[in-house]
Order: sequence, then C-alpha cells, then structure tokens
Amino acid sequence: MAQQPIELILLKQWATHIATPVWIMDVEGNLVFYNEPAEGLLGRRFDEAGELHADELADLFVTSDLEGAPVESKELPVVVALTERHPAHGELRIQTLDTGEWRQIEVTAIPIEGQGARHLGAFAVFWESAAT
Amino acid sequence: MKVELWGTRGSVAVAGQDTVAYGGDTSCVQVTGPAGEIIILDAGSGIRPVSGAVGAATRIDILLTHLHMDHIQGLGFFTPLFDPTVETHIWGPASTTQGLHERLGRYLSPPLFPVRLRDLPNTVIHDVNPGTFHVGSVTVTADFVSHPGTTLGYRLEAGSASLGYLPDHEPALGSISFPDLPDWTSGNRIMVGVDLLIHDAQYTNAEYADRVGWGHSTFAHALTLAGRAGVGTLVTFHHDPAHSDDFLDEIGRELAAEDHPFALTPGRVGQVFEL
Repeated sequence: MAQQPIELILLKQWATHIATPVWIMDVEGNLVFYNEPAEGLLGRRFDEAGELHADELADLFVTSDLEGAPVESKELPVVVALTERHPAHGELRIQTLDTGEWRQIEVTAIPIEGQGARHLGAFAVFWESAAT
Repeated sequence: MKVELWGTRGSVAVAGQDTVAYGGDTSCVQVTGPAGEIIILDAGSGIRPVSGAVGAATRIDILLTHLHMDHIQGLGFFTPLFDPTVETHIWGPASTTQGLHERLGRYLSPPLFPVRLRDLPNTVIHDVNPGTFHVGSVTVTADFVSHPGTTLGYRLEAGSASLGYLPDHEPALGSISFPDLPDWTSGNRIMVGVDLLIHDAQYTNAEYADRVGWGHSTFAHALTLAGRAGVGTLVTFHHDPAHSDDFLDEIGRELAAEDHPFALTPGRVGQVFEL
C-alpha cells in the first residue's frame, strides 16, 4: 500500500503546472520528482532519471560554489531544508548532465511539514542566475 | 462486517419524489463490526434515522471525513449523543491550527445550533492524523486525501473483510496524466484491494469540466480508480443533488453495459453489504 502523502502528491501536481524549476525530496532524502523546467536546467528528463536515492544524488549532480570549490551535500539548500527543517537559500553552480556545461543557479528550499507534526520532505525552487 | 447506507447524497440534502430510490439524505454509512462494534462514517443528514437503529449500544464511534456541512449537519439530531449511558467517540481531522473539538464546536453552538458540543454528556473527541487506530476488532486506517480543506479517507478492516470510504475525493485535480502511478494517487492507500469501495462519483464528465477543484470525482474517475485498485465492489456515492433517480438509473445502465473487473452498484439508501 505504498503511497506518497497527499502533501507531496499535490506539490508534484502543482509543480507540473508552473514554469519555474522545482525539485522535490521525500523525508528520506530521495529525489522523488523534478518538473520539466528543472529538466532543462539539469540536462536530464525525470522520466529517464527516475526517482533517485539520496546516496546517488551527490554522484550524479556535481555542484560547486561560485569560486569552483565543491559543495558538500549537507550544505546544499535543499538538504539544509530537509535535515534542519528550516528554509534555506543559496547560490551555486551545477554541471548539467547532458552537455557537462556549468550553470549558475540560485536555490530556495523549504521543508514540507504536514499537520500533526509530520515531517515529509523538502522542495527547492531554483532558477538560473547567470551563464558561466 | 455489515455495511449499511443511510445517506448517499452529496453537497445538500434533497427531498421529493425524484430522489426516493437513491435517497436524498447526505453522507452517512453504518458499519457493524464482527464483535458488534457500531461505527458510523460521516454524520450527514442520513445519521438522524440511525438513532433508532443502534439498539442498546453502549458505545458508538463516529468517523468524520471532514467538516463540510453535508458531513456533519446531522450530528445534532443523532439522539444517542444526548444519552449519558452511551459513550460516543467522534473521530475526525484537525486543521493546521485548530483541533477537532474547536472546529466542531463552531457548528454545535449558538447561533448555528442550540446545544453546545461541550454539553454532550458522554462524548470523547479524537483528532485523527494519517495512521492506524482500532475500534474494537476493527482496524481503521486514515489518510489525508485530495479535497478542499483537511479531509480524511478511511479504510476499515476486520479479519479478511475490508471497506474503503472516500465520499469526497478529487484525485484527478491537477493531474496531467490521470490516473497517475498508484503511489502518486491520492487515496490509494485507502482503496487498494478492498472488498467494498464507497467512492465519490458526483459528476458526469461534462459537469466536471465546469467544477474542477470543487473536490469531487466523475463516474469515470471512480471506475478507473476502482479498476486499478483491484476492488471487489464499487459503490458510486455522493450523488449530485441535481441527479434524479431517473438520471442515476440511466447512468447506471450505461455503466453496467461496460465491462468492469469489479461489481458496480450506485449507492442507494437502505442498501446493505455483508463483507
């Protein structure tokens, strides 16, 4: 009887209708969805990537700070929102999966807190801040 | 489990000759558990006559899916609530800021109702979140589902018998490829594999086009969900107040002419299912 909580289901449905890249993680840190605008930025369709376990993400998506130094997973805004349960914002660079091109993005991440003190995950909204 | 339909109508009670067969009272389903547990699903206007059908029960559990008026308007007319020898338990959703007691109290208090919730002699109020609890030998699983405002669906299981109750449910809302995968479908946990599914089917496809976001399903949505969930029997429920007996008969004939991997019956007041 596996089923995502309604909060994640509705969030995913909302994300499919907006033009801003959105990335959704469940409470275990698994990447359970990103929308079409995010696909363009990340360089891979979600249907091809599928849901990704937390330990696969760091290997797949390579990030750096604006000076080119690697960013630890725990410092990524969406991971901060997930683990520390507060909103987080950051600016970083990410290497696209299709061309290997580096893109500079801003990320705002928010924890998903359901009623009844249910911590359900986190989602991030991001956008390209400048070409590099 | 024995399941009896006392109120099948959605949105508002309707009286008159056009709604005699399927019923004009709003949502209420009585479940009698294997050990005689009395569980009532929703307290629409259909709960009023249940007052005389619970015999000498000393405990009654009322499970509310949500607090829209058509699901609670009968509460004040359910006479066991005023009997101090009957222990009543009301279960239902809190909101993000208020508990169920406070929310229900807004209806069961003046000026909307002459008797206050706090004056009921032997009633216990329970906030319900997604998860499982027990009423005697019946296991109840609750989960939030897609409907405006905080709304629960319930799954009741006793022995090998199972019932899914989703009277107000719009899982197609926002979906670009309905039906979505089961784990991304609202209500899946409630309905998958149940013997009997009582599910919202308020609209025709044409009606739904103008009512997206109102919180309800079409007949087609309900049938699609039931087929994929592998239910034994689907009861279409929460009939639109504008749908007459003749209209529901006609829809029923059309749907019955199709092949379905489950038994199908439109919900009728007085209908009884033994699971």
